[in-house]
Amino acid sequence: MADDSTIEGRGPVTTLATPIRLDFDFTPGIAQSVFLRGLARGRFMGQRCPKCGKVYVPSRGSCPTDGVPTTEDVELANVGTVTTYCVVNVPFAGQSIEIPYICAQVLLDGANLSFMGLIQEIPTDEIRMGMRVEAVWVDEADLTPSLASVKYFRPSGEPDADYESYKEYL
Amino acid sequence: MSPAGRTVRPVSIASFAQMQNVRRDDEHNEVEMLMPVVAEVFGTIGITKDDVDFICSGSTDYLIGGPFSFVMALDAVGVWPPRAESHVEMDGAWALYEAWTLLQEGEVDAALVYSFGRSSLGDLREILTLQLDPYYLAPLWPDTVSLAALQARALIDSGKSSEAEFAAIAARSRKDALANPKAQVAGDRSVDELLRDEYVVSPLRRHALPPITDGAAAVVLAAGDKARQWSDKPVWITGFDHRMETHSLGARDLTSSPSTAKAAEVAGVHDGPVDVAEIHAPYAHQEVIVREALGLDDSVRINPSGGPLAANPMMSAGLIRIGEAAERIRSGQAGRAVAHATSGPCLQQNLVCVLEGA
Amino acid sequence: MAERCAVIGVGQTHHKAKRDDVSIAGMVREAAKAALADAELTWSDIDAVVVGKAPDMFEGNMMPELYLAPALGAVGKPMLRVHTAGSVGGSTALVAAHLVKSGIHKRVLTVAYEKQSDSDAMWALSVPQPFAAPLLAGAGGYFAPHIRAYMRRSGAPDHIGRMVAVKDRLNAIHNPYAHLHLPDIDMKTVEESMMLWDPLRYLEACPSSDGAAAMVLAAEDSLSGGYPPAWIHGAAMRSEPTMFAGRDQVNPQAGRDCSADVYAQAGITDPRAQLDVAEVYVPFSWYEPMWLENLGFCDLGDGWKLTEAGATAFDGDIPWNPSGGVLSSNPIGASGMLRFLEAAMQVRGQAGEHQVDGAGLALGQAYGGGSQFFAMWVVGADKP
Repeated sequence: MADDSTIEGRGPVTTLATPIRLDFDFTPGIAQSVFLRGLARGRFMGQRCPKCGKVYVPSRGSCPTDGVPTTEDVELANVGTVTTYCVVNVPFAGQSIEIPYICAQVLLDGANLSFMGLIQEIPTDEIRMGMRVEAVWVDEADLTPSLASVKYFRPSGEPDADYESYKEYL
Repeated sequence: MSPAGRTVRPVSIASFAQMQNVRRDDEHNEVEMLMPVVAEVFGTIGITKDDVDFICSGSTDYLIGGPFSFVMALDAVGVWPPRAESHVEMDGAWALYEAWTLLQEGEVDAALVYSFGRSSLGDLREILTLQLDPYYLAPLWPDTVSLAALQARALIDSGKSSEAEFAAIAARSRKDALANPKAQVAGDRSVDELLRDEYVVSPLRRHALPPITDGAAAVVLAAGDKARQWSDKPVWITGFDHRMETHSLGARDLTSSPSTAKAAEVAGVHDGPVDVAEIHAPYAHQEVIVREALGLDDSVRINPSGGPLAANPMMSAGLIRIGEAAERIRSGQAGRAVAHATSGPCLQQNLVCVLEGA
Repeated sequence: MAERCAVIGVGQTHHKAKRDDVSIAGMVREAAKAALADAELTWSDIDAVVVGKAPDMFEGNMMPELYLAPALGAVGKPMLRVHTAGSVGGSTALVAAHLVKSGIHKRVLTVAYEKQSDSDAMWALSVPQPFAAPLLAGAGGYFAPHIRAYMRRSGAPDHIGRMVAVKDRLNAIHNPYAHLHLPDIDMKTVEESMMLWDPLRYLEACPSSDGAAAMVLAAEDSLSGGYPPAWIHGAAMRSEPTMFAGRDQVNPQAGRDCSADVYAQAGITDPRAQLDVAEVYVPFSWYEPMWLENLGFCDLGDGWKLTEAGATAFDGDIPWNPSGGVLSSNPIGASGMLRFLEAAMQVRGQAGEHQVDGAGLALGQAYGGGSQFFAMWVVGADKP
């Protein structure tokens, strides 16, 4: 048995815990503020590129392909299409949703870019590409300028979208 | 073939732009900060993103507090169709170096280099602690100003400088900054007045510290026909090198900068007279060390832009030195200039770029 | 004119879930020393050092090249630090190659690493921001929807992913450096492994590894070492925006353009026929058929047919990832360099038990981010 009363007996140090805590402010910028303020009103706000006419939601302030400022604000529908999805079954630190859950790319009507959303009110084995979904918002009193205002998306009951209508957005 | 440091294929600083340096830009995200800078650096010489063959940027995630901060920043350029593009987790001066190597090779004729640094989002003194040895140094949380103060003390004790010289450097820098519309801190205060400032960490008084700055900068590099098409008076890079020192502060002579001296030698600083030097010495005392290492005499005009004491956007301040030095030549104020950039605690890593007019 | 450049030394660590026997500096030095030994050089023979790794937050060290400089013999030398997301191991090697090809340096050491066990990469990828709901659960959650899109588009049957998972793990048995050695793996064990991000199962995903890779690159007049040099015949990087309207994330344009550029430099018109072996960044099983198409080894929609027919198996006509690939070892920052390095090992004839007989021309590919960053090279036994 190792003698741990001496340094020799204790073996090498293999782990050193050095906690790091740093706080950062977050600066959303002009374009993302449009999106965040929209969320606080229960609306999805995007922006249109003046050059190619594509609508981005959320917009980061530039058209990613043209590199020019997106300046025209566009309000988008509350409904959209699931372009693709996966079912998450991995527990991880900070996770707030019970697994398994559906993580989908949702293309809002009027937008040219899908974004990631949680799908609920449907068994995980019934989700499919092309499903039409609608956003479910938190109560009006609880709306904030963050994605926490959107509780999740759920099936809207409309017929599935035709594959051709969203295949460019996969 | 170009042996270390010396240019064989002439490459010019065709264009330079920088953001208005500010203590804190609350209004814009990184893309919105960069977009006008990129538009200006192209617009000044009448080109578009389609005229450059390579893009290289410099930035660091820890200023933002999230991984992959360089990724979305690329949307400020609009890399479509896809482009040859690279990124260094270093000051933009090193991004410029990487781009220069491709131009030397002849693989590309023009490159966009940009960098951005939002120093204001967290506690910069603490953030920079994470640059230190993670086992022996960082857990003690020595902050960056205190480390600089250790260096300043060593410099005073060696007899090479004094608090009065630090103050004189700060006074000159902030006075010169009055003529730089992009500067963050400018003013005309006497050395006597500055010496009445309080100490932040002795022997560094408030004036000897750089401001905390949000900023961004961009440069277009061009070779061959493009260099001449895009400028009547090209500013050429004639020498370029950078060197690293060891990390442990205890193993270094903090009063000298052998890496700067080596880079200066390899880049050929002494092959001709130097009119202007833009030195990336964030702390006033570091200018003394770098100036000595570069072997500059009193005739050399140091930091006419005001230097990092007037604006110190992390990850961009080095690139700005190169841009500012090039502007001195373009405007006819200098014929030959030296730009310097630094990285790491107490001038651990240093870069030297020699620029000449036609 | 650009100088010729070759790989004259390679080194890597034994990749493991947790290298608690070494510090970060000790780990990178292990790979670097092996590369120097392979090149029969010492530290003083090296002119410059180029380091790459994925986000600094993975280990909690900001710009760690500063701390690593003495461990990598970089004191007094130029040192660069590259970060291009997951493709970084590949692009780091390319930055090093430029230093030689430009004639600036004769011998450059390039090193890439990740010590994932030093922190929690999953945490670093999930830093809360007001924009993104915390839904992703790591990289798998990002890529799984694109895999589903590929399956939908190509009509590939479910078992293709499992075949890749089995093939790469069985290859890894012959690679002593691989993290995972799973001799008993078969289609059934993959199918029975836990579903993580439907359609991706546990055994179809890469592990989380500690490890480092290193290479010595040299100019034509500065060759050394016991093995023949691996000459660089073509090298390129390409990036496209992360998100844009109409972006094809299954078959990204940047990947297609990057391979077209590299093949043109190397004189390759039919990659499946002309290349002898490929080491390609496949962190999730389905990325093999996806990249087969993206890299032009077959027509669009046919990638899975090559996998199914065994073309990419060790004894197939175009072996992919004989080392076991990213599915068997994933020290993130080093994973791309390992692809480049393994390609070089093959054409130098030093891959031991996973050597593809007579390999003369090999592709190394790395990708990163959300498949918007690509780095590739083609290396050959013959001087270009």
